[in-house]
Amino acid sequence: MTEYNSMELMISVAARELKNGSAVGVGTGAPCAAAMLAQKVGAPNLVIVFEAGGVSPELPEMPISVGDSRTFHKAALAGSMGDIMEYCARGFVDYTFLGGAQIDMYGNLNSTVIGDHAAPKVRFPGSGGANDFASFCWKTLVMTPQNTRRFVEKLDFLTTPGWLQGGDSREKSGLPEGTGPHKIITDMAVMDFEPESKRMRIISLHPGHSLKDVQENCGFELLKADSIEDTLPPTKEELSVLREEVDPYRYVIGR
Amino acid sequence: MEPLVQGKGPLFTDPDPDRARRIFRKKDRTQTNKVMNLKKAIESYVHDGEYLAIGGFGANRTPVAACHEIVRQGRKKMGFVGHTATHDMQILSAGEVYDRIDVAYIIGLEARGLSTCSRKYMESGKVKVTEWTNYSLTMRLKAAAMGVPFLPTRNLMGTDTFAHSAAKIVQCPYTEKKLVALPALYPDIAVIHVHEADIYGNARFKGISVSDIDLANASKRLIITTERLIHTDEIKRDPTSTRIPYFLVDAVCEVPYGAYPGTMPYEYFSDEDHLKEWLRKEKDPDAFKFFLKENIYDCSTHEEYIKKNGGTQKILDLRAKELLLFSEVR
Repeated sequence: MTEYNSMELMISVAARELKNGSAVGVGTGAPCAAAMLAQKVGAPNLVIVFEAGGVSPELPEMPISVGDSRTFHKAALAGSMGDIMEYCARGFVDYTFLGGAQIDMYGNLNSTVIGDHAAPKVRFPGSGGANDFASFCWKTLVMTPQNTRRFVEKLDFLTTPGWLQGGDSREKSGLPEGTGPHKIITDMAVMDFEPESKRMRIISLHPGHSLKDVQENCGFELLKADSIEDTLPPTKEELSVLREEVDPYRYVIGR
Repeated sequence: MEPLVQGKGPLFTDPDPDRARRIFRKKDRTQTNKVMNLKKAIESYVHDGEYLAIGGFGANRTPVAACHEIVRQGRKKMGFVGHTATHDMQILSAGEVYDRIDVAYIIGLEARGLSTCSRKYMESGKVKVTEWTNYSLTMRLKAAAMGVPFLPTRNLMGTDTFAHSAAKIVQCPYTEKKLVALPALYPDIAVIHVHEADIYGNARFKGISVSDIDLANASKRLIITTERLIHTDEIKRDPTSTRIPYFLVDAVCEVPYGAYPGTMPYEYFSDEDHLKEWLRKEKDPDAFKFFLKENIYDCSTHEEYIKKNGGTQKILDLRAKELLLFSEVR
C-alpha cells in the first residue's frame, strides 16, 4: 500500500468533488492544491477563479497570495474583485473551498474573533471573501483538521454562513436559493448535511478512523448516514501528480 | 425603503452623494504638473484624523513606500479601510496610524501567517471596528464611484458579520427579496501604486485591478506612486491602456520599486525572506523597535530602505523570480 499523509488524503478527496467543466473559487494553500490536482487528474476544464481578479490561470506554482502574479499567469482574464464576486453572485461559480477557526453543526464558520467582539481574546483576519463566496457559490466545501477546539457547539462569531440555524433558515435569511454547505472534509472523515435538519452527518470514514474517533473529536453530536462508506485513499496517480507537479516544494502537503 | 434590520457597527464615513459632489465639483480639472516627491505628497494630502485607503491587494501592487512615509511622518487617528490589508496594515499598525477600521481582511499575511503587531494593536482596545467582507467593501467603493448612497447585494445576511457591520437589510421593490444596502464609502485620501504615469496623473497598471478603479473614482484625493514616469505622448498614443485619468489625481510620485517588499506584476516578485523577517521581528518588542528604526524611521527614502535589504542585486533576484527565470539566472 502506498504511504500518504492526512493532508494528501484530504486534498485528494476534495479534488474528486470538482467536476470537469465547472468553476471553483479558491484561496491559497490546500484548496488551491485540490483545484490544481483536479485540473491535472480528471477535470482539465475546471475554471479556477481567485477573489482578487485572476480568472482561469495556468498556475506555474502555488500562489502565496490570492492576488499575486501567479493567480493570473497565462490566465483568461486579469480582472477585478468585483468581476469575480459578480460571477459568483450571478450563479456562475459552482464551488468554493473555505476554512475557519471554528465550525458548528450547520457548517457556519468563524474567522473573526474568539471571545467578545468588542474586547476579543483573539482577533482573526475576518471574512475576507469567505462570506461572499459562501453566500453566492452553489456548493461550499470545507477542508479542515478535526478536533473539539475547532468543531464547536456554539461559534464565538458567525463570520460566514453555512445552513445558519438549520432547516430552512438559510433561504429565509435572504441568501440566494439553492446555495449552501455541501461537504466537510476532515483528516478523519467526510461529512455532508442531513437534508431536512441541515445538521452535519458522517458519510465516509478515512482508513484507520472509527465512528467513535470522529465523534470524540467533535464538540457536537454528529448524525450518521444509513450506510457509511470507506474513503478511497489517494491513488498512485493522485499522489504522484500532487507531489511532483502540484506541490513539489511541499508547502502544503509537507505540513 | 424602510430597513428590515440593521447592523450595529459604526459608520465611519458619510455616504451622502450630494456632499461628495460638492467636493468633486471643486477639484481642479486643469492639466498641471503634479510631480512631487513622496514626502511632500504625504505632507500635503494625508492629514491626521482623515479616512485613508491603500490600493492594491495586501502585498501586491501596494504603495509600500507611501505607507512607510505615512508612518515616518507620524500620522495618527486616521480611519482605515482594511480591504485585504496585509503588509500595508502591518506597517500602519506599527505606527498606530489608525484608530478606526472597516474590516474585510486584516492582521494576516495570507499563506505567510499572522502579524503579531497588527493583532496586538487590534486587541489593544484602541481601535473601533466595523465588520464587512471583501465584496462589500468593493461595492461600497463602487457606490461612491457611481455617486449613489448605497448599492444592494445578497451577501452578509444571517451572519454576525452583518450584525457588526453598518449595513441595512431592505426589501426589493421589484421582487420582494431581501437585499443588503451597502453604504457608499468615500475615502478622504487614497494612495495607489502603478507601473506608469505621466506628469499630470494619467496612470497605467498591468494585471488584476482588485478594486482600484472604483477606489480612484471614489476618493476625494488621490496620490499616485509610479514605478516610472512616462511622456504624455505615450499616454495619448495608447489611451486604451489608461486606467486612471489625470483629473482624479492630486499628486504623482516616481518611486521605483515602490511596492517592495510586495509583488509588482511583471516587474518583481515579493521578497519572502524580508516579509518573514518582519513577522519574526514583531514577536520581540525590543527587536521590533530596532527593526522599525532601521527600516522606516532612519530611512529618508524608499531607496535607502531597499539598499539596506539587498539593493539592486535583491531587485534583480526578485525580477527573475517574477519572470519565472530564477533557475536560469542563478
